Amino acid sequence: MTDKPLVQVENLNVEFALGRTWFGKPPILRAVNDVSLDIMPGQFFGLVGESGSGKTTLGRAILRAVPISSGKITFDDAEVCYDVGSLLKKDLKNYRKLAQLIFQDPYAALSPRMTVRDIIAEPLEVMGLTQTREETDERVRDIAAKCRLNLEHLRRFPHAFSGGQRQRISIARTLVCNPDFVVADESVAALDVSIQADILNLLQSLQDEMGLTFLFISHDLSVVAHICDHVAVMYLGSLVESAPTRKLFANPSHPYTKALLSAIPSLDPDDSGKAQKLEGEIPSPVNPPPGCKFHTRCPVAEDRCRTEVPEWRELSDGHSVACHFA
Amino acid sequence: MSLLTVENLTLQFDTDEGRITAVENVSFAINSGEVLGLVGESGSGKSVTAKSLMQLNPENSVYSPESNIQLELESGTVDVLSLKKSQEMVVVRGGAISMIFQEPMASFAPAITIGGQMVEQLLIHTSMSKKEAAALSVEMLERVGINEAAKRFNQYAFELSGGMRQRAMIAMALSTKPKLLIADEPTTALDVTIQLQVLDLMKDLVAEFGMAILFITHDLGVIAQVADRVAVMYLGGIVESGPVAEVLRSPSHPYTKGLINALPKIDALDEPLTPIPGDIPSPLERPPGCVFHTRCPEVIADRCNATVPTRTEVAKGHDASCFALEVKEKAA
Repeated sequence: MTDKPLVQVENLNVEFALGRTWFGKPPILRAVNDVSLDIMPGQFFGLVGESGSGKTTLGRAILRAVPISSGKITFDDAEVCYDVGSLLKKDLKNYRKLAQLIFQDPYAALSPRMTVRDIIAEPLEVMGLTQTREETDERVRDIAAKCRLNLEHLRRFPHAFSGGQRQRISIARTLVCNPDFVVADESVAALDVSIQADILNLLQSLQDEMGLTFLFISHDLSVVAHICDHVAVMYLGSLVESAPTRKLFANPSHPYTKALLSAIPSLDPDDSGKAQKLEGEIPSPVNPPPGCKFHTRCPVAEDRCRTEVPEWRELSDGHSVACHFA
Repeated sequence: MSLLTVENLTLQFDTDEGRITAVENVSFAINSGEVLGLVGESGSGKSVTAKSLMQLNPENSVYSPESNIQLELESGTVDVLSLKKSQEMVVVRGGAISMIFQEPMASFAPAITIGGQMVEQLLIHTSMSKKEAAALSVEMLERVGINEAAKRFNQYAFELSGGMRQRAMIAMALSTKPKLLIADEPTTALDVTIQLQVLDLMKDLVAEFGMAILFITHDLGVIAQVADRVAVMYLGGIVESGPVAEVLRSPSHPYTKGLINALPKIDALDEPLTPIPGDIPSPLERPPGCVFHTRCPEVIADRCNATVPTRTEVAKGHDASCFALEVKEKAA
């Protein structure tokens, strides 16, 4: 691992204007608010948060799937160095090859009218990466084997497959163009636990084999704990804590991270009632609370939290947090 | 006598591709004030089992003649499967049994206010006047922790957040004072912090109203936190059942063991995740013998693929259906 990040996000803002009003400006939804993070080559970077925290939008902004309002995203893989926000035509096309996305729902992501072979081959054909049909077939067979798909299955249609197999097809399609960087957005959330474990193990072995870098977006902290090297926690569009996985789980410093961790239902019935309960729900991102955005639900909030935005500061090597009391 | 007794429930669906067995020989009982957890992966038949308790399955469902569902009420015993007319079903549907669903947005009518829907069902099931029903509904909304209940009463489902909708759903289900509440994945669509709030609320309400809950989920952690007893389902059958602490600490059936091993655990980050090998078979190709033998690591050749295992008692009140257990018992 080099010390230069593969993806560097600096002060990123993503805003959406909501509808139009007759007078004045439309309300602005700040989905991602002043986020900075570094993703190192070969890292399994986890991004967690509740629904509405902006994790998906951040992932999409990095892939240039939503427009960036301000801030900078740099992609640097030793061969090319891109300023993702201002990429045009040819460079953007090349970037699409290098940075890919795995979807959440393997039932919705695969066209029912295409065979598995055609689904996996489509990116190669669209991007013009192969010249002949033989070459395409070989790439497809190669990646299918890596994703532990039976080669017999390539001729069938998606409806013949179970959720786990579909997700493997979806992963094969993502990886067939040999990307450097993959955003996996809730890629195991729709799967049963026995299959979830299988897909997580597959992602890990593919990472080793193909030298991939992952941004793994999930709401499930126990999944993230198992697969990621580094975890960032988002709340209402901002990062609240970021640390290497072990550090974060051994020593969570932000009250929101603590609450999230303790809210995971424990397998031990004796732990019942020990969880730290958060009152209320995530506020609307159109009208976020002033000061620290978490103060409306925070168990340790004081007057200062209601007015003063906490600074993003480093507690120890690689472990940063935005809280006045951490 | 238990509040609800289900015996030898076998349910098949007539489809174009033939008759599919969704539930096979399922028996369980729930007492008043008890929370029974029903866990299993998608396709294991948990929802279909729950829906049979109110005969909510589609027209093409066929119950075997041995199937028996009995509900013990103050007015006498009700044989649920013998009810035919929808007027007769009112005693059970929404009367003695209420149900809350996974996706509260899909379960509320979008064009009727929350209050309108709550009052409607009270008028059907009780002899209350409209005014009394409205007062009780607002009270129930307050009881489940909804702020400004009187205002929410007049709002539509889309105006409420996900957690609030699920609370309103619970308030609505409980306002008729059912004897049994069926909760089908009630927290699956919610964030963990909201899930915790809803689970705590449900535990409080069981204590307060003394009703029984059939809690369906795929999440063993949730089961550990809310249920008293648990039944594990695989491909339409119950493979193991017993007190929650027992089943989770010393699982006996290879499937239950597999489920627990496949779960990422936050306090054991170094342990590798062990998936259960293979995929859940299609209900059209139900394996003969023990339905789990195609994926089982402890399979006994020529036995598991030929005969259906019967229940073996592992400890008091803790059963599992597996031949490997019989072998161990003989050896001991």
